[in-house]
Amino acid sequence: MLDHVLYLAQQSINALQQGSIYALIALGYTMVYGVLTMINFAHGDLFMLGAFACMLLVSVLTPVLVVFPPLLSFIVILLLVMIIIGVLGASIERVAYRPLRNAPRVSAIITALGCGLLIQSLTLVIFPYSKSMPKLFTNTTFELFEMPHPDAAGASVTLTITALQIVIICVSLILMVALDFLIRKTRYGMAMRAISFDSRTVPLMGIPVDRIISTTFLIGAGLGGAAGMLYGLAYPVIAPSMGILVGWKAFIAAVVGGIGSIRGAVLGGFLLGAVEVLAVVMFDSSYRDLISYSLLLLILIFKPYGLLGQAPNQKV
Amino acid sequence: MSAFLSQIARNRWILPTLVVTGFAVSILSHYQPICSGYTQIILITIGINIILCVSLNLVNGYMGEFSVGHAGFMSLGAYTSAVFTTKWTPDIPMLFPVAVIFGGVMAAIIGLLLALLSFKTRGDYLAIITLAFLMIVKSSWENISYVGGPAGLLGVDKYTTLPWTFFWVVVTMFVIRNLVYSKFGRAIIAIREDEIAANAMGVRVREAKILAFVVSSFFGGVAGALYSHLNFINPKYFDIVKSTEILVMVYLGGISSLGGSILGAVVFTFLFYQLENMGLGYWRMVILSSLLILLMLFRPRGIMGMRELTWFLPKRELKGRRKL
Amino acid sequence: MKSILILLGSLSLAVLTGCGKSSEPSVKIGLNTELTGEMPAVGASSQNAAKLFVEQINAAGGIKVGEVTLPINLVIGDNGAKADQAAAVAQRLITKDEVVAMIGPDASVCAIPASDIAEAAKCVMISPWSTNHDTTLDPSTGKPKEYVFRACFTDTFQAQVLAKFALNNIKAKTAAVFYDSSSEAPNQQAALFKKTFENDGGQIVSFETYTTGDKDFSAQLTKIKSTNPEMIFLPAYYNDVPLIAQQARSLGITAQFVGSDAWSSPEIIKLGGAAIEGSYFCNHYSTQIATPIAQKFMADYKAKYGQEPDDVAALTYDAFGLLVEAISDGGSLDRQAIRGALAKIPKYDGITGTMQFQPGSGNPIKSAVILQIKGGEFVWVANAQP
Repeated sequence: MLDHVLYLAQQSINALQQGSIYALIALGYTMVYGVLTMINFAHGDLFMLGAFACMLLVSVLTPVLVVFPPLLSFIVILLLVMIIIGVLGASIERVAYRPLRNAPRVSAIITALGCGLLIQSLTLVIFPYSKSMPKLFTNTTFELFEMPHPDAAGASVTLTITALQIVIICVSLILMVALDFLIRKTRYGMAMRAISFDSRTVPLMGIPVDRIISTTFLIGAGLGGAAGMLYGLAYPVIAPSMGILVGWKAFIAAVVGGIGSIRGAVLGGFLLGAVEVLAVVMFDSSYRDLISYSLLLLILIFKPYGLLGQAPNQKV
Repeated sequence: MSAFLSQIARNRWILPTLVVTGFAVSILSHYQPICSGYTQIILITIGINIILCVSLNLVNGYMGEFSVGHAGFMSLGAYTSAVFTTKWTPDIPMLFPVAVIFGGVMAAIIGLLLALLSFKTRGDYLAIITLAFLMIVKSSWENISYVGGPAGLLGVDKYTTLPWTFFWVVVTMFVIRNLVYSKFGRAIIAIREDEIAANAMGVRVREAKILAFVVSSFFGGVAGALYSHLNFINPKYFDIVKSTEILVMVYLGGISSLGGSILGAVVFTFLFYQLENMGLGYWRMVILSSLLILLMLFRPRGIMGMRELTWFLPKRELKGRRKL
Repeated sequence: MKSILILLGSLSLAVLTGCGKSSEPSVKIGLNTELTGEMPAVGASSQNAAKLFVEQINAAGGIKVGEVTLPINLVIGDNGAKADQAAAVAQRLITKDEVVAMIGPDASVCAIPASDIAEAAKCVMISPWSTNHDTTLDPSTGKPKEYVFRACFTDTFQAQVLAKFALNNIKAKTAAVFYDSSSEAPNQQAALFKKTFENDGGQIVSFETYTTGDKDFSAQLTKIKSTNPEMIFLPAYYNDVPLIAQQARSLGITAQFVGSDAWSSPEIIKLGGAAIEGSYFCNHYSTQIATPIAQKFMADYKAKYGQEPDDVAALTYDAFGLLVEAISDGGSLDRQAIRGALAKIPKYDGITGTMQFQPGSGNPIKSAVILQIKGGEFVWVANAQP
């Protein structure tokens, strides 16, 4: 009995780790969607660049970093990655999306798709082979619990959590809470919410729309970069194509949570992580995608605007 | 030179002539080695891509929705038709047209189901439903051992020939062109412009949307059936990357334009293979994606977005145009 | 409208002018390989070995075809590790470039569709690395394909070798299998291993899958851990193995990892580190028990590219060697004559050992080796004879 509890507890930790990464990426989608009602398909590739930026930064900064304690150097690298990817995201908006703001909505989406492909293929030109991610700190495995295996003599059932898992879950939660605070309690957040509520009237109120949009891309892409770095540390073989699948999955998570809603994106991310793990626990693992996507499809059929999303007010 | 070109673009006899000579040449190529097997494969791929683009343009262009699941419909047509020819009626090449229609009908039935289920959603939510649908379909093929599981169906009879592809391209163009310039076509364009207003003006929004979706998925299935009878099918082929490829072709050529869809399919497919030929490796995708971005920045509606080749316009439209 | 027609016109003009062909007499050989996509290391090794081989033959004057000696003209096509592109490249090499024979593709997912094209066009194809049955066997008739050969052993043989090694050397009674269910080669290897291991008296306690592109395997590994296997069979490519191994170790799984020949790229050591230390896998050759021919090849390869050749490189070199021997034996560039001569080669001494095609089949009779990853390199452990 107890071994089953331990088994489920271990799977919950796995689900939490996956969910927090999905949630971090989903936030980027949902923020951009909130202000521009545009799907930023380049987000998955910015996420991938986060991992590569971290790898390059570590290889450049290693002589400087050795003097700091590992946790501090981790935070420094994380902030640097967020800034680099954030600035990149904002510049993509400036160069590729802003000229299209008055064009049909779908042109911007296709441009985003093109930007994603461009980022990915350029990275492939530079790094055709998978790279191994450097270690920022020793990844200790903590055994939370141990008991003898009920069926096999000599073996044991354990519940383990790694230092990395703790860091990933904590950093994601801190970033999410900070973002929620930023959107709900600051002037910037108010402006952002105003734009997503009515983008035509807001400029008339003297709100600098361009600047708010740039900031939104900066923050959204920065979060994506952070997610990429955490993902790279957790799964330390990184490849330029890794953004596609994770990016689309996080996008699904954002929509299931209710796109445009910050809390919805977080909920959607954790839900997707949980559903994927649950599908493996309960069924044959080859049915994982089938079951998890069917479930998400069902949610959308019954809640067409996602779990926490609101139906858009349609005007004639 | 340019005067001559615009003469060609206006001449309404060009299209029927092209269709007839196209048929003649494609049938001839079957008996006489006019072009290499490789050129034939590229031409057939272009044909399949034209069918995919034109049918997706109906939903994404004329109706203004954003479906990303077209590769899913393609796979439905591919698998059902291949099962039809290899498992149920093996070695009867006569039944190939039936298999293609069967594949299209199966895709249309699933398309109808999906349309009914997702009727309440619109825009980006529809996009995600079609995306989830695509993932479900792909995962299903991987789990059904009857159709080969992850290895896919091997040794499908090579029934897809140049004349057949050309025939189906013409059928697709004919049906969708007539649909778009019918009362129904007006209805879906009205839905694109403003769904609520269209509804208020007496457009049967629900029926029009569902019909557009069903027709689009039917031809997606037809394209899949043609693809599967080239040699083999593998579930991996019908993934999100394939869907993105179709989207890129549609928007490259231009939304709400049949001529644009043809152009998009031809240019993209041609560049795709030509750049591989030149041994560019990863630079191929760099070039293609930069082209796409530049095109979108300078022509946001695609090369021929919202404009139509004069060949495809009905006579009454032309009259209206001259008056203006 | 005008601009569009002009665009189309200039495009077609570009095609026509771009199709110039040189007409110097040479032996055109095609290489269809995975230069881009999921396994670029495989394509790079294959291309390197092919270029080395062609350089050496051409430096010596070329191949003797009947009365004349002709240089090799290597035509390379990139299949992007995708099935449909592999078929298109095969079509291009065979019908447009009109090669006398095609080497590759390496991965089974590409080799199977390409082999259908080669068979239909009656052009010899030798896959260096594809171990899947369907490459040389027509699945609908169950008969061997006439024009398709390979330079490596098959999955059935590999499964026998591994099952025996697991039971006799590792002394594992229980095993788990974890593999990518959406990829051809791992799928067949997993199924065959399960069958053979159970037949030989072992017990498969867990049979789990993932999908190409997955990076998180913790859910399946936790499931595997709860069944407590003594070893885990991982028939996965070099990109996936390090992640699976690292996650397994951090979940506290201590079972022995055993892999298939898909592990063979040295990249796996760079990416895997300590987590895969001590693991065993089945391979086509070992640099440590090299024959004099193999040593020469290793030295040449290292001098040219600065790295040790992996098994894909060695097998590609052997595939070219077999083909050239068949061309000079048959004394003709006729595709059918090449096919006849290739099937009749009595005994070929290659880098990866001696080989000879089984009568009426494209599968060679050859041995395998078991390697262990130890101290950052592949260490030879055992030989397995057919």
